[in-house]
Amino acid sequence: MKKNESYEEFLKGIWRDNPVFAQVLGMCPMLAVTNSAVNAIAMGMATMFVLVGSSFLVSTFRNVIPKQVRISCFIIIIATFVTIADYTLLALVPGVHKELGAFIPLIVANCLILGRQEAFASRYPTKLAVMDALGMACGFLVALFSLGAVREILGDGALFGVKLFGDSFEPWVIMILPPGGFLTLGVILLFFNWFKYKKDEFLDDVARAERSGADG
Amino acid sequence: MDNLPWIFVSALLVNNFVLTYFLGLCPFLGVSNSLETSFRLGLATTFVMLVTAICAWILNTYVLVYAPYLRLICFIVVIASTVQFIEMLIKKLSPALFRAMGIFLPLITTNCAILGLAIFATNRGYGFWEGIVYALGAGIGFTLALVLLAGLREESELSDVPALIKGTAMNLIIAGVLSMAFMGFAGLFSST
Amino acid sequence: MSPDTSKLNAQPSALRLVLTLAVAGLISGVAIIGIYESTLPTITANKARELREAVFKVLPGVTRMQALVSRDGDLVVVSEPDKDEPVVYGGYDDTGDFVGYAMPGAGPGFQDTIALLYGYKPEEGLVVGMEILESRETPGLGDKIFKDEEFVAEFDALSVRPEIVSVKKGAGTAPNEVDSITGATISSKAVVRIINETHAAWAERLPPAGKEPAIVEPETGGTGAGP
Repeated sequence: MKKNESYEEFLKGIWRDNPVFAQVLGMCPMLAVTNSAVNAIAMGMATMFVLVGSSFLVSTFRNVIPKQVRISCFIIIIATFVTIADYTLLALVPGVHKELGAFIPLIVANCLILGRQEAFASRYPTKLAVMDALGMACGFLVALFSLGAVREILGDGALFGVKLFGDSFEPWVIMILPPGGFLTLGVILLFFNWFKYKKDEFLDDVARAERSGADG
Repeated sequence: MDNLPWIFVSALLVNNFVLTYFLGLCPFLGVSNSLETSFRLGLATTFVMLVTAICAWILNTYVLVYAPYLRLICFIVVIASTVQFIEMLIKKLSPALFRAMGIFLPLITTNCAILGLAIFATNRGYGFWEGIVYALGAGIGFTLALVLLAGLREESELSDVPALIKGTAMNLIIAGVLSMAFMGFAGLFSST
Repeated sequence: MSPDTSKLNAQPSALRLVLTLAVAGLISGVAIIGIYESTLPTITANKARELREAVFKVLPGVTRMQALVSRDGDLVVVSEPDKDEPVVYGGYDDTGDFVGYAMPGAGPGFQDTIALLYGYKPEEGLVVGMEILESRETPGLGDKIFKDEEFVAEFDALSVRPEIVSVKKGAGTAPNEVDSITGATISSKAVVRIINETHAAWAERLPPAGKEPAIVEPETGGTGAGP
């Protein structure tokens, strides 16, 4: 039972409550750094580190932190983790750090992270909080990656820098430029809406069929 | 000093905060359903950006040279508290002004456009006046993008749009087209 | 849930609030300083290596370098230039003889600021290499200023006398003319303009050819000392 519960917290972040597709949170990094799959993954990993780390601390100390100063405490904790991530990336992978640039410190302002602390980590036990953070972060990573992969394939004809098509492929440059970010995410959200719409329609059909079945 | 016009136009049009850096998207998508609100929010953001630029300059010049690693925390704490203080001040001094933009101030403080401004200005090593001009350009550019989107959204309210695309999906696509239009401003300064 | 809850719901004293924040701040400060101290050597080394590689690339034949700044009309050797101080790098070969300067420049490009480094031999008045350090030019078009080998090769032996001129593709014949890239005229012109501006800014401050500062023996202890 206990195991199922934490499993559930993990899964909901990936699909049902996906931070980007379902909740439309964390849009700035989402669009700004997804011009290639590698950047998207680096950003997703950095966000995951910050989110899981902060959720762990916030949840562990949730009974010690007075309500009145909780937001300030959350921000201090998050900013600390972001600074750590920033320096670590700069030391280990300077190339990626240069590409992501100012958007690493901006993880601090990602509403997804503060939102999870306030809505979940500060109320639930550590284990659940960490699972929830992991799930949300994975969902975010999946969203970043799908956007980054689509944009890199269309805009550069490559994935992870490996050319997929022959020389005759004319890259759709606009996709790795800023407008491409807006357009791709718009289309993905459209797909999500369509999916939800179809699902509702299907459920309606099932309900109607059951009703008529009961009548007949 | 001779690059001040370039900094201004770059932040305002060529590298518009919303349409090329994707900063401040939450209010951009959330609040931009009426022209009136958008304009006020833009005004308030421009104001906070000016305050931020000054704070960032003071911090960079006098504090962070000794402790560069505290940059992020300092920016957040100092900017948030300064804005809160100014909000109280405005409330006391000019209730009319407070009604116009006061309610937005606390919302804006946590906006990534504000922190982004401070970080970009620092990374580029801007001085005092450069920072101020940069903040003005970024703020007015933010207002421009917000007002443009709000105008388009007000129009689209009246048109017959499939239910499926209504909401965020359509706003994003409109923003994409706007962003494409703004790409036309690139090269404004280097073509001469 | 826990016995603490009732106490938490009651108004905690101001002292406790301040204390919590102070402890949080303290712990965060210790963590940040720790990570800063432990990554700093790697970060500095990375940056220094990147700079060396760029300098060696724009000045063929150079194996040693040092930073030079202009103070009181003299070009002096510094180990660590002050913040915001314009700096050039002197390049020297194995025997410690001066080869040329590597000069950093920056200016507005098509999209955003372009930062570059170019190698300059004062005796011949030639630009001998150019490397783009930072740019956000349009992928596929403007980014040809560093991806198009033909364009980069234009800067291998380029006269700065009287100044560099960008001309249409294929029209360049004189030693001071650069063929612009088709479809990226503005970016190509921006590169040329940045080099011209940087050159003009330094022209007065560089010593006459042959009077360049000699290499100061690096702490690693090189083989060939200066003359």
